[in-house]
Amino acid sequence: MKPFTVLEALVAPLDRANVDTDAIIPKQFLKSIKRSGFGPNLFDEWRYLDVGQPGQDSTNRPKNPDFVLNQPRYQGAQVLLARDNFGCGSSREHAPWAMEDYGFRVIIGPSFADIFFNNCFKNGLLPIQLPAAEVDELFRQCEATEGYQLKVDLAAQTVVRPDGKVIPFEVDPFRKECLFNGWDDIGLTLRHADKIRAFEEQRRLQHPYYFS
Amino acid sequence: MEAQTLYEKLWSSHVVHQEADGTALIYIDRHLVHEVTSPQAFEGLKLAGRKPWRISSIVATADHNTPTDHWDLGIQDPVSRQQVETLDSNMREVGSLAYFPFKDLRQGIIHVIGPENGTTLPGMTVVCGDSHTSTHGAFACLAHGIGTSEVEHVMATQCLLQKRSKTMLVRVDGVPGRGVTAKDIVLAIIGRIGTAGGTGYAIEFGGSAIRALSMEGRMTICNMALEAGARAGLVAVDETTIAYLEGKPFAPRDAAWDQAVAYWRTLTSDEGAVFDKVVELDAATIEPQVTWGTSPEMVTTIGGHVPDPAKVDDPTRREGMERALKYMGLVPNTPISEIAVDQVFIGSCTNSRIEDLREAAAVAKGRTKAGNVRRVLVVPGSGLVKRQAEAEGLHEVFLAAGFEWREPGCSMCLAMNADRLEPGERCASTSNRNFEGRQGAGGRTHLVSPAMAAAAAVTGHFADVRELN
Ligand code: SF4
Repeated sequence: MKPFTVLEALVAPLDRANVDTDAIIPKQFLKSIKRSGFGPNLFDEWRYLDVGQPGQDSTNRPKNPDFVLNQPRYQGAQVLLARDNFGCGSSREHAPWAMEDYGFRVIIGPSFADIFFNNCFKNGLLPIQLPAAEVDELFRQCEATEGYQLKVDLAAQTVVRPDGKVIPFEVDPFRKECLFNGWDDIGLTLRHADKIRAFEEQRRLQHPYYFS
Repeated sequence: MEAQTLYEKLWSSHVVHQEADGTALIYIDRHLVHEVTSPQAFEGLKLAGRKPWRISSIVATADHNTPTDHWDLGIQDPVSRQQVETLDSNMREVGSLAYFPFKDLRQGIIHVIGPENGTTLPGMTVVCGDSHTSTHGAFACLAHGIGTSEVEHVMATQCLLQKRSKTMLVRVDGVPGRGVTAKDIVLAIIGRIGTAGGTGYAIEFGGSAIRALSMEGRMTICNMALEAGARAGLVAVDETTIAYLEGKPFAPRDAAWDQAVAYWRTLTSDEGAVFDKVVELDAATIEPQVTWGTSPEMVTTIGGHVPDPAKVDDPTRREGMERALKYMGLVPNTPISEIAVDQVFIGSCTNSRIEDLREAAAVAKGRTKAGNVRRVLVVPGSGLVKRQAEAEGLHEVFLAAGFEWREPGCSMCLAMNADRLEPGERCASTSNRNFEGRQGAGGRTHLVSPAMAAAAAVTGHFADVRELN
């Protein structure tokens, strides 16, 4: 998992409430044997005018010009502004996989669905919950300003607006540590690598027949 | 030292590290890999720039998606083919102790090939991205089914994060009657304790009836421990275990064998060890079993009837029964022996070993498939089982009876390949799950022993195998 420290990046506003995981990544893409490569199919039904199929090259598919992520000014955005209850619906981990693969690192919204919120942290994404009024203001500023950027500092737990206003946010200390260091469950276990190695050596001596 | 259960011995000999809340890192000796639950794990490893911790722990095969006929044509379904080819390339890249690819002589269902090659050994921890990994507990292994993210975790760290289970002893004493097999014993156990009865427990199976079983029978029992809700099933080491393993390709030899056997003999629950729960059954009272519903606990005897929901007071249970009977297309109070079948499946990691095929052949011998039965599939659990069966002439018995003799694989246990039930079709199956749609959308599964499956095949309906012999 990529560590998350400080990000200063372009912001895209997705002005809809209750965006569910089926909208984030439609079910036909779950047949894949991969956990990467879902980026081109993020929000597939909104981004394209046709119906996407797994394994299809999406480069030349007809794009929906009205969908916000298709607008030239939001290309390369790494921060998504969201509305209430983002990530509701099925628990598929493909949703954060798709967000991450597309290039997002931060989602800011007034509320998130619980499982999606958890899954984000496991996949290097930082979901930030802010008061609705703050989110409203971010939407207003972002839509009014081309090239609108935010600075997100995980250690300081702050979102900094271009006008200098600093907005603090909450994050669970354990999740913060994992994300900051880029630790997933595997990363955490590997902190005990010396212990595992020592155990393994001992076992190999005692029971060599398990190691041939 | 305090008397310990087998589970406690296995657990404590594998704890690498323990957190204050009891979560432990357990060292994994054997990692079994198949094509369905491994691709994302391999990819995750690669993306994170990690290497597998110990490739000599890996034993792999392709089983879930492989066809059971026309191997010359390869795998027709492109999605299945891609999964199998992905495993091929991952194994080429990563390496393993043993890989038995599609069409290999020793390919087969992962839970059949592990033991028969001696890669499952007493005292090991065994994991696989497949819930029926509990099968390997028959060898006094701590065996767990795991999810894809855990497959990746084990590959990268050789450990699994686990909390200790409670312990249950299921003691089956006495001598089972003629025609009563390991499958009937385990279905009777599930009928008794329910599919959630083992939740939170590791179940050790003991008692004289279990001791009297072959390793094949013990594997059948542990395989279905999972259907009783337990994550692991166990049988203690005895002479049967040791005799089975001697000379297996990956079993230790010479001095290492002697050293191993000396240790393995300690892998039993100590006299006086205390279990959190004890359940006792008398094998002599167990009769051939048939499931009637959509959960393995919905089971009765061949002499029984389809139950009547109207007689059940508890509304939740009653509704569950009504839903199951509707799906199964069954009328309450129908004698089980009057239920006709459309297909018969003899196979799966529960019942596809040589002994299972012998039991089925003993019933099929000199008889033929009933006219109303559309198809009888006999799918050996591995290439080695297939070869052994052919050496004994069992395939000729099956073919003469009008059964189909197929190539090894999971086949119609879960219908990921082309073998499946049509909607509404009824099947006597030796597999482990009778869930809705398990053997094909709308398919109706009745779980039985291999002998009972063969009896249904030749009579066209469920029949008491004891009356056929
Ligand atoms: S035979 Fe059935 S239960 Fe066993 S591993 Fe294959 S699909 Fe799973």
